Amino acid sequence: MLAKRIIPCLDVDNGRVVKGIRFVSLVDAGDPVEQGKRYDAEGADELTFLDITASSDKRDIVTDLVRRVADEVFIPFTVGGGLRTVEDIRAILRAGADKITLNTAALEQPELISACAETFGSQCVVVAIDARGRNADDVTRGWEVYTHGGRRNVGIDALEWTIRAQQLGAGEILLTSMDCDGTRNGYDIELTRAVSSAVRIPVIASGGAGRLEHFYEALTDGGASAVLAASLFHFGEFSIAEVKEYLRGRGVTVR
Amino acid sequence: MSQIAIIDYGVGNLRSVEKAFAATGCEAVVSGDERVLREAQRLVLPGVGAFGACMKALSERRFDRLVRERVKDGTPLLGVCVGMQLLFEESDEFGSTPGLGLLRGRVKRFNGELVVPHVGWNRVYQRGPHELFADVGDESFFYFVHSYYCEPEDESVAAGETDYGVRYASVVAHKNICGVQFHPEKSQAAGLRLLRNFARLN
Repeated sequence: MLAKRIIPCLDVDNGRVVKGIRFVSLVDAGDPVEQGKRYDAEGADELTFLDITASSDKRDIVTDLVRRVADEVFIPFTVGGGLRTVEDIRAILRAGADKITLNTAALEQPELISACAETFGSQCVVVAIDARGRNADDVTRGWEVYTHGGRRNVGIDALEWTIRAQQLGAGEILLTSMDCDGTRNGYDIELTRAVSSAVRIPVIASGGAGRLEHFYEALTDGGASAVLAASLFHFGEFSIAEVKEYLRGRGVTVR
Repeated sequence: MSQIAIIDYGVGNLRSVEKAFAATGCEAVVSGDERVLREAQRLVLPGVGAFGACMKALSERRFDRLVRERVKDGTPLLGVCVGMQLLFEESDEFGSTPGLGLLRGRVKRFNGELVVPHVGWNRVYQRGPHELFADVGDESFFYFVHSYYCEPEDESVAAGETDYGVRYASVVAHKNICGVQFHPEKSQAAGLRLLRNFARLN
């Protein structure tokens, strides 16, 4: 039985872990290398590193930081943010990442998903989708894809894009609810369920965790294979072990 | 002379395997130098992505022959992930692609009903005691990422098994040939122990 995964996420800006609320107002949350090491020791199932600086002239600095984090962790390590070409991705994989996430670049050039899947294998291609409901009061209206930290509506339906990403060769979907991110009111269960039932690849739920039951809901009702959280772990509200113990107690298989 | 050489044939992330051995106190080098690979006391055959592409990259460097020769001489070999699959005769990936043929059997794709790739932490059921499993608890979780699995012709080759729609061989061991479908270098304590055990295999 496959264990459900608990994934801490390091949002990295200019070399520091930060945490934003609804993608704005960034707060410092420590050194990425130290944080990565800590999560590995705490029993995280995977570590995600999202470079939110994402300016192309700083690629080498980011690659070096990725290498330093990768050296300290013995769990799968996913890196995203500003990757635009197969060569960018090759450099990050060589620095020690196991998977990469594509977001804006995949929307602008969907063939990048296929190129990566063919070159490196689908298993390392995670397509990150930031989605927001068309109407907060009516989930039947569906969700749309956003980019640029949630500021730009791409005008593409989130479910359609997920299915397309899978067809193009994505190995996993990292699904962030822009409505829930940073609120701590829980993951967007409707969105997570809709996306996870639309595809056969694993879906990682992201955005909104605030209490232990939120993880449970996303993994059961939401149908997610994994849950991702950032600030909740960074500021020590819950340890990874606490989350796992809670889930185990409720019958969810965790490592 | 290096204790362990991780065969660099242009695919995948070999650094993590190297540093995982280092974390267990074993000396390992990543090398694509034929001389180093011929002199190493143990070989690790990594592999990610497509079986065919891995096999092609291996043959282009004539490392397929090298691996066969060294295995014949009794050198312990550990295939990791697609590296384990390469040990077998052929894979169903893109029709049919021949492998190294060090172990009899084939590599098959998971049933279409399943979420594929099989990605995440899953248990390994040990079929019996084996040196590779020293200090590794039965049913320990390891990290998997793959869409194909190995089906050895001789069942006794399977030292460990995992359930994912089917119960399949996730650890194989036959004489000096070993293979693990999961990534020990990404499997924290259990994975590091298994690597250390390989480094101590007689």
